[in-house]
Amino acid sequence: MAALPRLSPARPEEILLPVRIWFVLSTLVASLMLNLLPAGGVWLAIRPDFLALTLLYWCIQQPRMLGVGVAWLFGLVMDVGDGTLFGQHALAYSALAYAAEFFHRRVLRFPLWHQAAHVAALLFLCGALVLIVRLMGGAAGVSWTYFLPAASGALLWPLISVFYQLPQRPARSPGER
Amino acid sequence: MPAYAHEPPPFFRRGPSPLARFAFFGLLSLALLVTDSRFAYLEAMRQAVAAVLQPLQSVATWPGLAAERFGGYFSSQRDLQEQNQALQNQLLAQAKAVQGHEDLVRENARLRAVLQVRERYGGGSVAAEALFGGRDPFRQKLVIGYAGEAEVKPGQAVIDETGVVGQVTRSFSGMAEVTLLTDKDHAVPVRVRRSGLRSVLYGAGAGRLPELRFMAANADIQPGDVLVTSGIDGVYPPDLAVATVASVERETGLMFARIVCQPAAGVDRSRHLLVLAPVAALPERPEAETDPESRRKNPRHRRR
Repeated sequence: MAALPRLSPARPEEILLPVRIWFVLSTLVASLMLNLLPAGGVWLAIRPDFLALTLLYWCIQQPRMLGVGVAWLFGLVMDVGDGTLFGQHALAYSALAYAAEFFHRRVLRFPLWHQAAHVAALLFLCGALVLIVRLMGGAAGVSWTYFLPAASGALLWPLISVFYQLPQRPARSPGER
Repeated sequence: MPAYAHEPPPFFRRGPSPLARFAFFGLLSLALLVTDSRFAYLEAMRQAVAAVLQPLQSVATWPGLAAERFGGYFSSQRDLQEQNQALQNQLLAQAKAVQGHEDLVRENARLRAVLQVRERYGGGSVAAEALFGGRDPFRQKLVIGYAGEAEVKPGQAVIDETGVVGQVTRSFSGMAEVTLLTDKDHAVPVRVRRSGLRSVLYGAGAGRLPELRFMAANADIQPGDVLVTSGIDGVYPPDLAVATVASVERETGLMFARIVCQPAAGVDRSRHLLVLAPVAALPERPEAETDPESRRKNPRHRRR
Protein backbone atom coordinates (compact mmCIF):
# COMPACT_ATOMS: atom_id res chain seq x y z
CA MET A 1 0.00 0.00 0.00
CA ALA A 2 2.96 2.25 -0.53
CA ALA A 3 1.21 4.20 -3.31
CA LEU A 4 -1.57 5.41 -1.04
CA PRO A 5 -1.05 9.07 -0.20
CA ARG A 6 -0.64 9.69 3.49
CA LEU A 7 -3.63 11.59 4.79
CA SER A 8 -1.90 13.61 7.41
CA PRO A 9 0.75 16.29 7.13
CA ALA A 10 4.36 15.50 7.95
CA ARG A 11 5.37 15.59 11.59
CA PRO A 12 7.77 18.42 12.38
CA GLU A 13 10.68 16.01 12.75
CA GLU A 14 10.09 14.39 9.36
CA ILE A 15 12.58 15.36 6.68
CA LEU A 16 11.01 16.84 3.57
CA LEU A 17 12.31 17.62 0.11
CA PRO A 18 12.92 21.30 -0.60
CA VAL A 19 9.91 23.21 -1.90
CA ARG A 20 10.07 24.02 -5.58
CA ILE A 21 9.37 27.64 -6.30
CA TRP A 22 7.26 26.88 -9.35
CA PHE A 23 4.97 24.75 -7.20
CA VAL A 24 4.45 27.61 -4.75
CA LEU A 25 3.81 30.00 -7.62
CA SER A 26 1.38 27.72 -9.38
CA THR A 27 -0.64 27.12 -6.22
CA LEU A 28 -0.81 30.88 -5.72
CA VAL A 29 -1.94 31.51 -9.30
CA ALA A 30 -4.45 28.67 -9.13
CA SER A 31 -5.99 30.03 -5.96
CA LEU A 32 -6.08 33.50 -7.49
CA MET A 33 -8.08 32.00 -10.35
CA LEU A 34 -10.41 30.27 -7.92
CA ASN A 35 -10.96 33.65 -6.30
CA LEU A 36 -11.74 35.23 -9.65
CA LEU A 37 -14.34 32.58 -10.36
CA PRO A 38 -17.77 34.14 -10.56
CA ALA A 39 -20.08 33.04 -7.78
CA GLY A 40 -23.67 33.35 -6.75
CA GLY A 41 -26.17 32.23 -4.15
CA VAL A 42 -24.96 30.10 -1.27
CA TRP A 43 -21.53 29.62 -2.79
CA LEU A 44 -21.02 33.38 -2.77
CA ALA A 45 -21.83 33.50 0.93
CA ILE A 46 -19.55 30.67 2.06
CA ARG A 47 -16.80 30.84 -0.53
CA PRO A 48 -13.44 30.93 1.24
CA ASP A 49 -10.73 33.33 0.16
CA PHE A 50 -8.45 30.73 -1.48
CA LEU A 51 -5.68 33.20 -2.15
CA ALA A 52 -5.52 34.30 1.50
CA LEU A 53 -5.47 30.68 2.58
CA THR A 54 -2.66 29.72 0.19
CA LEU A 55 -0.61 32.79 1.09
CA LEU A 56 -1.08 31.99 4.75
CA TYR A 57 0.03 28.40 4.23
CA TRP A 58 3.21 29.29 2.38
CA CYS A 59 4.02 32.16 4.75
CA ILE A 60 3.80 29.74 7.66
CA GLN A 61 5.66 26.92 5.92
CA GLN A 62 8.28 28.89 4.00
CA PRO A 63 8.75 32.23 5.74
CA ARG A 64 12.11 32.68 4.05
CA MET A 65 10.72 32.23 0.56
CA LEU A 66 7.81 34.60 0.68
CA GLY A 67 6.43 37.03 3.16
CA VAL A 68 4.82 40.40 3.46
CA GLY A 69 6.04 41.70 0.08
CA VAL A 70 4.69 38.84 -2.03
CA ALA A 71 1.41 38.89 -0.13
CA TRP A 72 1.12 42.61 -0.77
CA LEU A 73 1.70 42.10 -4.49
CA PHE A 74 -0.99 39.41 -4.76
CA GLY A 75 -3.30 41.69 -2.77
CA LEU A 76 -2.87 44.37 -5.41
CA VAL A 77 -3.72 41.89 -8.15
CA MET A 78 -6.82 40.86 -6.20
CA ASP A 79 -7.83 44.52 -5.87
CA VAL A 80 -7.70 44.92 -9.62
CA GLY A 81 -9.57 41.68 -10.17
CA ASP A 82 -12.34 42.80 -7.85
CA GLY A 83 -12.40 46.30 -9.29
CA THR A 84 -12.19 47.73 -5.79
CA LEU A 85 -10.10 50.49 -4.27
CA PHE A 86 -6.39 49.90 -4.68
CA GLY A 87 -4.72 48.68 -1.53
CA GLN A 88 -7.44 47.11 0.57
CA HIS A 89 -6.62 43.49 -0.18
CA ALA A 90 -2.95 44.46 -0.30
CA LEU A 91 -3.25 45.79 3.24
CA ALA A 92 -5.21 42.78 4.47
CA TYR A 93 -2.88 40.22 2.89
CA SER A 94 0.28 41.89 4.14
CA ALA A 95 -1.21 41.92 7.65
CA LEU A 96 -1.98 38.23 7.17
CA ALA A 97 1.58 37.52 6.07
CA TYR A 98 2.96 39.41 9.04
CA ALA A 99 0.73 37.49 11.44
CA ALA A 100 1.86 34.25 9.79
CA GLU A 101 5.48 35.26 10.29
CA PHE A 102 4.68 35.88 13.92
CA PHE A 103 3.00 32.50 14.40
CA HIS A 104 4.88 30.18 12.12
CA ARG A 105 7.19 28.67 14.74
CA ARG A 106 4.46 27.39 16.95
CA VAL A 107 1.43 26.83 14.73
CA LEU A 108 2.92 23.81 12.98
CA ARG A 109 3.46 22.04 16.31
CA PHE A 110 -0.27 21.98 17.01
CA PRO A 111 -2.63 19.27 15.81
CA LEU A 112 -4.41 20.19 12.60
CA TRP A 113 -7.63 21.33 14.22
CA HIS A 114 -5.83 23.70 16.55
CA GLN A 115 -4.03 25.07 13.53
CA ALA A 116 -7.38 25.53 11.81
CA ALA A 117 -8.61 27.57 14.78
CA HIS A 118 -5.59 29.86 14.44
CA VAL A 119 -6.25 30.13 10.72
CA ALA A 120 -9.88 31.05 11.34
CA ALA A 121 -8.78 33.88 13.60
CA LEU A 122 -6.26 35.16 11.05
CA LEU A 123 -8.76 35.00 8.16
CA PHE A 124 -11.29 36.77 10.34
CA LEU A 125 -8.76 39.53 10.95
CA CYS A 126 -8.08 39.73 7.21
CA GLY A 127 -11.81 40.04 6.45
CA ALA A 128 -12.26 42.62 9.18
CA LEU A 129 -9.48 44.77 7.71
CA VAL A 130 -11.15 44.74 4.28
CA LEU A 131 -14.49 45.51 5.93
CA ILE A 132 -13.06 48.49 7.81
CA VAL A 133 -11.55 49.91 4.63
CA ARG A 134 -14.79 49.38 2.74
CA LEU A 135 -16.90 51.00 5.44
CA MET A 136 -14.56 53.99 5.54
CA GLY A 137 -14.92 54.16 1.77
CA GLY A 138 -18.67 54.51 2.20
CA ALA A 139 -19.84 50.98 1.44
CA ALA A 140 -23.17 49.80 2.74
CA GLY A 141 -22.96 47.57 5.81
CA VAL A 142 -22.85 43.79 5.45
CA SER A 143 -24.60 41.05 7.36
CA TRP A 144 -22.89 38.52 9.63
CA THR A 145 -22.57 36.14 6.69
CA TYR A 146 -19.65 38.27 5.58
CA PHE A 147 -17.48 36.36 8.05
CA LEU A 148 -18.58 32.88 6.98
CA PRO A 149 -15.67 32.60 4.49
CA ALA A 150 -13.21 32.81 7.40
CA ALA A 151 -14.82 29.70 8.91
CA SER A 152 -15.01 27.82 5.63
CA GLY A 153 -11.38 28.71 4.91
CA ALA A 154 -10.36 27.27 8.27
CA LEU A 155 -12.26 24.07 7.46
CA LEU A 156 -10.20 23.78 4.29
CA TRP A 157 -6.93 24.18 6.18
CA PRO A 158 -6.34 20.47 6.99
CA LEU A 159 -7.00 19.58 3.37
CA ILE A 160 -4.62 22.22 2.10
CA SER A 161 -1.87 21.34 4.52
CA VAL A 162 -1.91 17.73 3.30
CA PHE A 163 -2.28 18.58 -0.36
CA TYR A 164 0.38 21.29 -0.58
CA GLN A 165 2.85 19.05 1.18
CA LEU A 166 2.53 16.03 -1.11
CA PRO A 167 5.26 17.05 -3.60
CA GLN A 168 7.74 17.62 -0.76
CA ARG A 169 7.36 14.20 0.84
CA PRO A 170 9.92 11.68 -0.25
CA ALA A 171 8.68 8.36 -1.57
CA ARG A 172 8.51 5.89 1.27
CA SER A 173 11.45 3.58 1.27
CA PRO A 174 10.63 -0.13 1.18
CA GLY A 175 12.12 -0.75 4.58
CA GLU A 176 9.87 1.81 6.24
CA ARG A 177 6.57 0.70 7.66
CA MET B 1 9.20 37.59 25.45
CA PRO B 2 12.97 37.71 25.08
CA ALA B 3 14.33 39.25 21.93
CA TYR B 4 16.09 36.09 20.75
CA ALA B 5 12.75 34.30 20.36
CA HIS B 6 12.09 36.19 17.15
CA GLU B 7 15.37 37.53 15.90
CA PRO B 8 17.62 35.21 13.98
CA PRO B 9 21.28 35.43 15.01
CA PRO B 10 23.17 38.12 13.11
CA PHE B 11 24.97 35.64 10.84
CA PHE B 12 21.60 34.56 9.39
CA ARG B 13 20.49 38.03 8.36
CA ARG B 14 17.43 38.12 6.17
CA GLY B 15 17.03 41.79 5.40
CA PRO B 16 14.63 44.02 7.29
CA SER B 17 12.58 42.46 10.08
CA PRO B 18 9.02 41.33 9.33
CA LEU B 19 7.65 44.16 11.41
CA ALA B 20 9.58 46.72 9.39
CA ARG B 21 8.38 45.11 6.16
CA PHE B 22 4.81 45.05 7.38
CA ALA B 23 5.02 48.69 8.42
CA PHE B 24 6.43 49.59 4.98
CA PHE B 25 3.85 47.68 2.95
CA GLY B 26 1.01 48.64 5.26
CA LEU B 27 1.80 52.32 4.85
CA LEU B 28 2.17 51.81 1.11
CA SER B 29 -1.30 50.24 0.98
CA LEU B 30 -2.77 53.09 2.98
CA ALA B 31 -1.12 55.60 0.66
CA LEU B 32 -2.56 53.73 -2.33
CA LEU B 33 -6.00 53.66 -0.72
CA VAL B 34 -5.99 57.37 -0.10
CA THR B 35 -4.59 58.18 -3.54
CA ASP B 36 -7.06 55.94 -5.27
CA SER B 37 -10.09 57.24 -3.41
CA ARG B 38 -9.18 60.92 -3.80
CA PHE B 39 -7.50 61.19 -7.17
CA ALA B 40 -7.51 59.21 -10.39
CA TYR B 41 -3.74 58.86 -10.82
CA LEU B 42 -3.67 55.09 -10.61
CA GLU B 43 -5.78 54.30 -13.65
CA ALA B 44 -2.77 53.43 -15.80
CA MET B 45 -1.49 51.01 -13.17
CA ARG B 46 -4.90 49.42 -12.83
CA GLN B 47 -5.15 49.04 -16.60
CA ALA B 48 -1.76 47.35 -16.75
CA VAL B 49 -2.59 44.81 -14.04
CA ALA B 50 -6.03 44.23 -15.53
CA ALA B 51 -4.48 43.44 -18.91
CA VAL B 52 -2.47 40.65 -17.28
CA LEU B 53 -5.42 39.50 -15.24
CA GLN B 54 -8.06 39.32 -17.94
CA PRO B 55 -6.88 36.08 -19.60
CA LEU B 56 -6.73 34.45 -16.17
CA GLN B 57 -10.19 35.67 -15.43
CA SER B 58 -11.65 34.33 -18.64
CA VAL B 59 -9.94 30.98 -18.10
CA ALA B 60 -11.43 30.90 -14.61
CA THR B 61 -14.94 31.23 -16.00
CA TRP B 62 -14.66 28.40 -18.52
CA PRO B 63 -15.74 25.56 -16.24
CA GLY B 64 -18.78 27.54 -15.07
CA LEU B 65 -19.80 28.41 -18.61
CA ALA B 66 -19.35 24.82 -19.75
CA ALA B 67 -21.50 23.54 -16.88
CA GLU B 68 -24.11 26.16 -17.71
CA ARG B 69 -24.28 25.10 -21.37
CA PHE B 70 -24.28 21.43 -20.42
CA GLY B 71 -27.13 21.94 -17.93
CA GLY B 72 -29.16 23.98 -20.41
CA TYR B 73 -28.84 21.21 -22.97
CA PHE B 74 -30.72 18.84 -20.75
CA SER B 75 -33.59 21.08 -19.70
CA SER B 76 -36.64 18.89 -19.89
CA GLN B 77 -39.02 18.84 -22.81
CA ARG B 78 -41.96 19.68 -20.61
CA ASP B 79 -40.34 22.87 -19.43
CA LEU B 80 -39.75 23.85 -23.00
CA GLN B 81 -43.32 23.08 -24.01
CA GLU B 82 -44.73 25.08 -21.13
CA GLN B 83 -42.47 27.95 -21.94
CA ASN B 84 -43.42 27.76 -25.59
CA GLN B 85 -47.13 27.86 -24.75
CA ALA B 86 -46.68 30.83 -22.45
CA LEU B 87 -44.66 32.69 -25.03
CA GLN B 88 -47.27 32.06 -27.73
CA ASN B 89 -49.99 33.41 -25.48
CA GLN B 90 -47.89 36.44 -24.75
CA LEU B 91 -47.21 36.93 -28.45
CA LEU B 92 -50.92 36.91 -29.24
CA ALA B 93 -51.63 39.36 -26.47
CA GLN B 94 -48.96 41.69 -27.76
CA ALA B 95 -49.62 41.32 -31.48
CA LYS B 96 -51.93 44.28 -31.64
CA ALA B 97 -49.56 46.52 -29.78
CA VAL B 98 -46.67 45.43 -31.98
CA GLN B 99 -48.49 46.23 -35.18
CA GLY B 100 -49.47 49.59 -33.85
CA HIS B 101 -45.89 50.12 -32.78
CA GLU B 102 -44.53 49.51 -36.26
CA ASP B 103 -46.71 52.25 -37.65
CA LEU B 104 -45.63 54.54 -34.87
CA VAL B 105 -41.97 53.80 -35.49
CA ARG B 106 -42.32 54.60 -39.18
CA GLU B 107 -44.21 57.77 -38.47
CA ASN B 108 -41.68 58.75 -35.86
CA ALA B 109 -38.78 58.15 -38.25
CA ARG B 110 -40.44 60.35 -40.84
CA LEU B 111 -41.06 63.10 -38.32
CA ARG B 112 -37.50 62.92 -37.08
CA ALA B 113 -36.14 63.12 -40.59
CA VAL B 114 -38.31 66.13 -41.17
CA LEU B 115 -37.14 67.78 -38.01
CA GLN B 116 -33.54 66.70 -38.65
CA VAL B 117 -33.20 65.35 -35.18
CA ARG B 118 -30.05 63.41 -34.57
CA GLU B 119 -30.44 59.65 -34.46
CA ARG B 120 -30.34 58.73 -30.83
CA TYR B 121 -29.35 55.13 -31.12
CA GLY B 122 -26.25 54.11 -33.07
CA GLY B 123 -25.95 50.53 -34.27
CA GLY B 124 -27.92 47.60 -32.89
CA SER B 125 -28.50 46.39 -29.40
CA VAL B 126 -27.21 43.08 -28.08
CA ALA B 127 -29.25 40.33 -26.47
CA ALA B 128 -27.59 38.92 -23.38
CA GLU B 129 -28.17 36.42 -20.65
CA ALA B 130 -27.44 36.74 -16.95
CA LEU B 131 -24.69 34.27 -16.05
CA PHE B 132 -23.52 34.87 -12.50
CA GLY B 133 -24.03 37.21 -9.63
CA GLY B 134 -21.12 39.43 -8.65
CA ARG B 135 -18.28 38.14 -6.46
CA ASP B 136 -18.24 41.09 -4.17
CA PRO B 137 -20.69 41.07 -1.26
CA PHE B 138 -20.48 44.87 -1.11
CA ARG B 139 -21.58 45.53 -4.65
CA GLN B 140 -24.68 44.79 -6.66
CA LYS B 141 -23.26 43.41 -9.86
CA LEU B 142 -24.11 40.84 -12.45
CA VAL B 143 -22.08 39.11 -15.12
CA ILE B 144 -23.86 38.71 -18.42
CA GLY B 145 -22.90 36.71 -21.47
CA TYR B 146 -23.66 37.46 -25.10
CA ALA B 147 -22.84 36.06 -28.54
CA GLY B 148 -19.12 36.39 -29.11
CA GLU B 149 -19.16 38.48 -32.25
CA ALA B 150 -21.18 41.30 -30.70
CA GLU B 151 -19.38 44.16 -29.01
CA VAL B 152 -20.30 45.62 -25.66
CA LYS B 153 -18.52 48.58 -24.16
CA PRO B 154 -18.58 50.01 -20.64
CA GLY B 155 -21.26 52.64 -20.31
CA GLN B 156 -24.00 50.93 -22.27
CA ALA B 157 -27.40 50.64 -20.62
CA VAL B 158 -28.88 47.22 -19.86
CA ILE B 159 -32.64 46.61 -19.76
CA ASP B 160 -35.00 43.70 -19.44
CA GLU B 161 -38.53 43.53 -20.83
CA THR B 162 -39.95 45.79 -18.13
CA GLY B 163 -37.30 48.41 -17.51
CA VAL B 164 -33.75 49.48 -16.79
CA VAL B 165 -31.53 46.94 -15.01
CA GLY B 166 -28.22 48.77 -14.90
CA GLN B 167 -25.16 49.80 -16.79
CA VAL B 168 -22.20 47.88 -18.22
CA THR B 169 -19.10 48.72 -16.20
CA ARG B 170 -16.53 46.26 -17.51
CA SER B 171 -16.45 44.16 -20.61
CA PHE B 172 -14.57 41.02 -21.50
CA SER B 173 -14.90 39.02 -24.68
CA GLY B 174 -18.35 37.44 -24.66
CA MET B 175 -19.05 38.65 -21.15
CA ALA B 176 -19.66 41.92 -19.41
CA GLU B 177 -20.09 43.08 -15.85
CA VAL B 178 -23.23 45.08 -15.17
CA THR B 179 -23.57 47.38 -12.19
CA LEU B 180 -27.18 47.11 -11.12
CA LEU B 181 -29.59 49.90 -10.41
CA THR B 182 -29.60 48.88 -6.75
CA ASP B 183 -25.82 49.20 -6.28
CA LYS B 184 -25.03 51.72 -3.57
CA ASP B 185 -24.81 55.23 -5.01
CA HIS B 186 -25.37 54.07 -8.58
CA ALA B 187 -27.17 57.05 -10.10
CA VAL B 188 -29.76 57.09 -12.88
CA PRO B 189 -31.14 60.42 -14.13
CA VAL B 190 -34.91 60.07 -14.17
CA ARG B 191 -38.06 62.01 -14.89
CA VAL B 192 -41.46 61.61 -13.29
CA ARG B 193 -43.70 60.64 -16.17
CA ARG B 194 -46.78 62.32 -14.74
CA SER B 195 -45.34 65.71 -13.88
CA GLY B 196 -42.14 65.84 -15.91
CA LEU B 197 -40.16 66.56 -12.74
CA ARG B 198 -36.46 65.65 -13.15
CA SER B 199 -34.37 63.96 -10.50
CA VAL B 200 -31.71 61.32 -9.94
CA LEU B 201 -32.42 57.85 -8.61
CA TYR B 202 -29.71 56.53 -6.26
CA GLY B 203 -29.21 52.88 -5.43
CA ALA B 204 -29.02 52.07 -1.73
CA GLY B 205 -27.09 48.78 -1.65
CA ALA B 206 -28.07 45.15 -1.22
CA GLY B 207 -31.53 44.45 0.10
CA ARG B 208 -32.65 48.08 0.08
CA LEU B 209 -34.76 49.94 -2.41
CA PRO B 210 -33.33 52.86 -4.39
CA GLU B 211 -34.26 56.40 -3.42
CA LEU B 212 -34.74 59.79 -4.94
CA ARG B 213 -32.56 62.14 -2.93
CA PHE B 214 -32.57 65.89 -2.53
CA MET B 215 -36.16 66.35 -3.59
CA ALA B 216 -37.81 69.26 -1.82
CA ALA B 217 -40.40 68.28 0.76
CA ASN B 218 -43.12 69.90 -1.33
CA ALA B 219 -42.06 68.33 -4.63
CA ASP B 220 -44.90 67.18 -6.84
CA ILE B 221 -44.47 63.45 -6.44
CA GLN B 222 -46.72 60.76 -5.00
CA PRO B 223 -46.70 57.01 -4.48
CA GLY B 224 -47.45 55.20 -7.71
CA ASP B 225 -45.69 57.74 -9.93
CA VAL B 226 -43.71 56.11 -12.70
CA LEU B 227 -40.09 57.18 -13.17
CA VAL B 228 -38.55 56.98 -16.64
CA THR B 229 -35.02 57.83 -17.75
CA SER B 230 -34.66 61.46 -18.70
CA GLY B 231 -31.84 60.88 -21.19
CA ILE B 232 -30.03 63.89 -19.82
CA ASP B 233 -26.67 62.28 -19.07
CA GLY B 234 -26.31 60.59 -22.44
CA VAL B 235 -25.90 57.17 -20.82
CA TYR B 236 -29.47 55.96 -20.73
CA PRO B 237 -31.69 56.63 -23.73
CA PRO B 238 -34.77 58.64 -22.73
CA ASP B 239 -38.13 57.18 -21.72
CA LEU B 240 -37.12 53.76 -20.43
CA ALA B 241 -39.11 52.71 -17.40
CA VAL B 242 -36.92 52.73 -14.29
CA ALA B 243 -39.00 52.51 -11.14
CA THR B 244 -42.28 53.22 -9.42
CA VAL B 245 -42.47 55.43 -6.39
CA ALA B 246 -43.29 53.16 -3.45
CA SER B 247 -43.52 55.64 -0.60
CA VAL B 248 -43.06 59.33 0.04
CA GLU B 249 -42.35 60.56 3.56
CA ARG B 250 -42.49 64.29 4.12
CA GLU B 251 -41.31 65.17 7.57
CA THR B 252 -41.74 68.75 8.61
CA GLY B 253 -38.35 68.86 10.30
CA LEU B 254 -36.43 67.83 7.19
CA MET B 255 -35.66 69.83 4.10
CA PHE B 256 -35.96 66.89 1.74
CA ALA B 257 -38.62 64.25 1.29
CA ARG B 258 -37.66 60.61 1.67
CA ILE B 259 -38.78 58.92 -1.52
CA VAL B 260 -38.32 55.17 -1.86
CA CYS B 261 -38.82 53.54 -5.22
CA GLN B 262 -39.44 50.02 -6.47
CA PRO B 263 -37.42 49.20 -9.61
CA ALA B 264 -39.58 48.38 -12.61
CA ALA B 265 -37.28 45.69 -13.95
CA GLY B 266 -36.60 42.41 -12.22
CA VAL B 267 -33.17 43.74 -11.29
CA ASP B 268 -32.05 40.62 -9.47
CA ARG B 269 -34.36 38.13 -11.19
CA SER B 270 -34.37 38.75 -14.92
CA ARG B 271 -32.39 36.26 -16.92
CA HIS B 272 -32.79 37.61 -20.43
CA LEU B 273 -31.47 41.10 -20.90
CA LEU B 274 -30.84 43.56 -23.68
CA VAL B 275 -27.73 45.70 -23.87
CA LEU B 276 -28.75 48.89 -25.65
CA ALA B 277 -26.57 50.41 -28.32
CA PRO B 278 -24.49 53.32 -27.05
CA VAL B 279 -26.31 56.60 -27.13
CA ALA B 280 -24.95 58.89 -29.83
CA ALA B 281 -22.50 61.30 -28.22
CA LEU B 282 -24.07 64.47 -26.90
CA PRO B 283 -22.44 67.75 -27.83
CA GLU B 284 -19.57 68.78 -25.52
CA ARG B 285 -20.70 70.09 -22.19
CA PRO B 286 -19.92 73.78 -21.95
CA GLU B 287 -17.01 74.41 -19.55
CA ALA B 288 -18.23 75.42 -16.14
CA GLU B 289 -16.45 78.38 -14.59
CA THR B 290 -15.32 76.65 -11.42
CA ASP B 291 -14.56 73.12 -12.44
CA PRO B 292 -11.95 71.69 -10.04
CA GLU B 293 -14.37 71.42 -7.11
CA SER B 294 -16.86 69.26 -8.92
CA ARG B 295 -14.10 67.14 -10.44
CA ARG B 296 -12.67 66.23 -7.11
CA LYS B 297 -15.92 65.58 -5.37
CA ASN B 298 -16.53 62.02 -6.35
CA PRO B 299 -13.72 60.36 -8.22
CA ARG B 300 -15.14 56.88 -7.73
CA HIS B 301 -18.08 57.62 -9.95
CA ARG B 302 -16.06 58.90 -12.82
CA ARG B 303 -14.32 55.60 -13.13
CA ARG B 304 -17.41 53.64 -13.97
